[in-house]
Amino acid sequence: MKFWIFRNARYPFLEWRKKAYVFSATVLSIGILAMVANVILIGNWQSYGVDFTGGTRILVELPEGVTEAELREALGGAEAPPVSRFGAENEFTIRAPAEEGVAAEVVANRIRDQIAASPAIGEFEVLQTEFVGPTIGAELQQQALLAILISFFATLIYLAFRFEFRFGLASIIATVHDIVLTLGFLALFRVEISLPTVAAVLTIIGYSLNDTIVVFDRIRENLNKKGGRREDPVKLINRSINEVLPRTVLTSGTTLAVLLALLILGGAVIRDFTIVLILGVIIGTYSSIFVASPALLEIQKKFGTKEEAERKKRQRSRKKKKEAIPV
Amino acid sequence: MFSSIRVRIILILAVIGFSGWYLYSNYQQTGSIVKLGLDLQGGMHLVLEVDDPDGTMSLEARSDAIDRSERIIRNRIDELGVEEPIVQKVGQDRLIVELAGVDDEERARELVGQTAMLEWKLVRPISQVEAALSRIDRAIVATLGADSLRALGRAVEVSPEEADEVADLLFRTDPDQEPAEPEEEDPQVVDEEAEAALQELEAEADLAAEEMALRPFTSLLLTSDGDGEFLLLNEDFALARSFLELPEVQAVLPREISLQFHWEPVAIGGRLYRALYVLERNPFITGEMLEDATATRDQQFNQAIVQFQLSRAGGRLFGDVTGRHIGDRIAILLDNEVVSAPVVRSRIGARGQIELGQQDMEEARDLALVLRAGALPAPLRIMEERTVGPSLGQDSIDQGMRAGLIGLVMILLIMIAYYRFTGVLAVLALSVYVALVLGGLAALNATLTLPGIAGLILSIGMAVDANVLIFERIREELAEGRAVRTAVDEGFGHALSAIVDANITTLITALILFQFGTGPVRGFAVTLSIGIIASFFTALYVTRTLYLVYLRGKKAQDTLSI
Repeated sequence: MKFWIFRNARYPFLEWRKKAYVFSATVLSIGILAMVANVILIGNWQSYGVDFTGGTRILVELPEGVTEAELREALGGAEAPPVSRFGAENEFTIRAPAEEGVAAEVVANRIRDQIAASPAIGEFEVLQTEFVGPTIGAELQQQALLAILISFFATLIYLAFRFEFRFGLASIIATVHDIVLTLGFLALFRVEISLPTVAAVLTIIGYSLNDTIVVFDRIRENLNKKGGRREDPVKLINRSINEVLPRTVLTSGTTLAVLLALLILGGAVIRDFTIVLILGVIIGTYSSIFVASPALLEIQKKFGTKEEAERKKRQRSRKKKKEAIPV
Repeated sequence: MFSSIRVRIILILAVIGFSGWYLYSNYQQTGSIVKLGLDLQGGMHLVLEVDDPDGTMSLEARSDAIDRSERIIRNRIDELGVEEPIVQKVGQDRLIVELAGVDDEERARELVGQTAMLEWKLVRPISQVEAALSRIDRAIVATLGADSLRALGRAVEVSPEEADEVADLLFRTDPDQEPAEPEEEDPQVVDEEAEAALQELEAEADLAAEEMALRPFTSLLLTSDGDGEFLLLNEDFALARSFLELPEVQAVLPREISLQFHWEPVAIGGRLYRALYVLERNPFITGEMLEDATATRDQQFNQAIVQFQLSRAGGRLFGDVTGRHIGDRIAILLDNEVVSAPVVRSRIGARGQIELGQQDMEEARDLALVLRAGALPAPLRIMEERTVGPSLGQDSIDQGMRAGLIGLVMILLIMIAYYRFTGVLAVLALSVYVALVLGGLAALNATLTLPGIAGLILSIGMAVDANVLIFERIREELAEGRAVRTAVDEGFGHALSAIVDANITTLITALILFQFGTGPVRGFAVTLSIGIIASFFTALYVTRTLYLVYLRGKKAQDTLSI
């Protein structure tokens, strides 16, 4: 027996596009609402980590049985910097915001001394300290944004060159959709935005593009087959999606399997990173079928294909010539 | 020319051989096949910038200071014995220092960030600043405002009557009012200058009693039995220092005088005090004239000391000054703090020593080390610091390795279950891929970080994707009734465009990440780039070659296990 999933599938994906639009719009709205809510509640649309806001982050391993409340008490009770559990039962992250004119080691040492002075805690180990100056944080934020914009631009140019402009545009629409969805998710669950999270978001761009390109490649191929240009675009795009469906499912499935292994066994340090990537794979697969391909169709409906544009151009110039003759 | 099977196999073996050779030589040199990032093996990552809060230095000046600091810090670290430290200028005015496996962060930070500006200054009698003291008080009141000073809640406010007492206390005109300090010597005799200054002070107090009621600075000062120094309670130290750092206060000091603190508190009668010295503003000699420094232990007092050796010119100068000032005190300052202020007993030439008080030998050794390496041209500030303890690093490696291995095994199982013998070929190709990526990392001397591992796993996903694209295509061609060989050729041919486009767009993203990212993002971009290139090569070249070998013995009518 041979495995061949989704062989000869004929799902009317494009006929479902209206439903997909509603779904995407709903999820996007929830995400954007979460960002707005964050602006109101925590003062920023995402919960930025010390990488971007500047400040000190300390990861400590306390003796078994010490609670978060005890740690918070040791750090000054109500005035304690935010504390959260990290990975194992007895590992905690302490985030102290940047203080004007106070050196990093002063903040780190003060926290260490406070923990050491607490009778409830006893022996503890500092696993990790991170300090980022406020100016560096702002720079990183700019750099990340710049990197995303430039990679968009470069991709658009490449795809316009390799395919047609509308393919590039459709893939950018899908990618923007994916990024906004992901950012909405991050905002909703207040995932800490750190450098690795940014790397993960950028990976999603790559993955989403990869998926979209595979589908578009098949559309391009079918278009260039005999009679492809005259075929109903809805039928052609549907057929193309169905033809690459086995590959889409197999690749996404394999990647998800690896990411799940990372999520379960990879440890706390890369957990957020892995979650964002898993989300990205799901969103990327969805968008290549339900966003990128419909977008291609809508662009074509609205602005016409290259051939139509050329035909019109020819007609127009012929018309002009005709008009020119009597004069 | 790369199409005959023999040439293909030779090329693939050569590439694997190169990878293996790089991995082996890396292993020989460092003990691990690929260099691990600080987040994986533990260590310290620092980003330093010239500390220039007023923005007075030009970019060129800062860039130049960073260039010179790079050499000096490297010299210091080399002596520390950290394996393969990284000291690197990034951009125009930043320095990155990476120290793997450092367990004493404090010490490392001190060694890297210490300016180590060494100066020798003459100590002046306190009479030189007495006239300025009331001006200092007034400058502080004028700058900070009386209300904010009162808000400090400390005994900075004194009534005019008390002010007299403070003045008495300060200059100790009355031996009965000596502060409770265990001093055996007779109270100091006030010289005439001080008397005059005191009278002037009191006269001023009468004129503007209201304003003079606030003595934020002088109320903190206590007398000391040492020449040219005040004492103050250690808990007042931060406040007094913040007063002295005010530019308005610096402006009212006599031009040739500076007031500088001792670098550590001193215990007298169970309480901690800080000494404040009255010094000549300009040093008569600096660390630039230092040629060597070594740490030893003073046998007599069991005290850590640093012995130094000055250059010839420095020795002559030092001899001149000390010769003229026998019986006077000389202060030795490190980064604007007085380390010790001995009395000159005799003329000192090119060799001398710095007493470090209660410091331990490690401190003395580190001081000698930074003095030998030289002072930084400008003070540096830590902009970013990341420290990973060795135990967390080890946990991360173990977990990352295990997760990665299990992920790989899952890929292998899925591929073989789905594609049978062709899946086995794919697994062979993926093994070549793993060897190439590791070899590529070793060849580029790249560092494997945690996000880097994630990038690697993602590129494995892309390598698998390329194989899946090809195999699905071959299946489609076979389903359309093509012969095995034609189906394979067509499959590779048609899958090519999708693989090329997908890989190139991801590569573009990875390169942009590399260009604009820093630290961990860069590590991710590097492994992703190497991974994409390797996956490209394995999917299109290695898998193809394996197929050619597999099909060579087959007849046209045979079936394909796919």
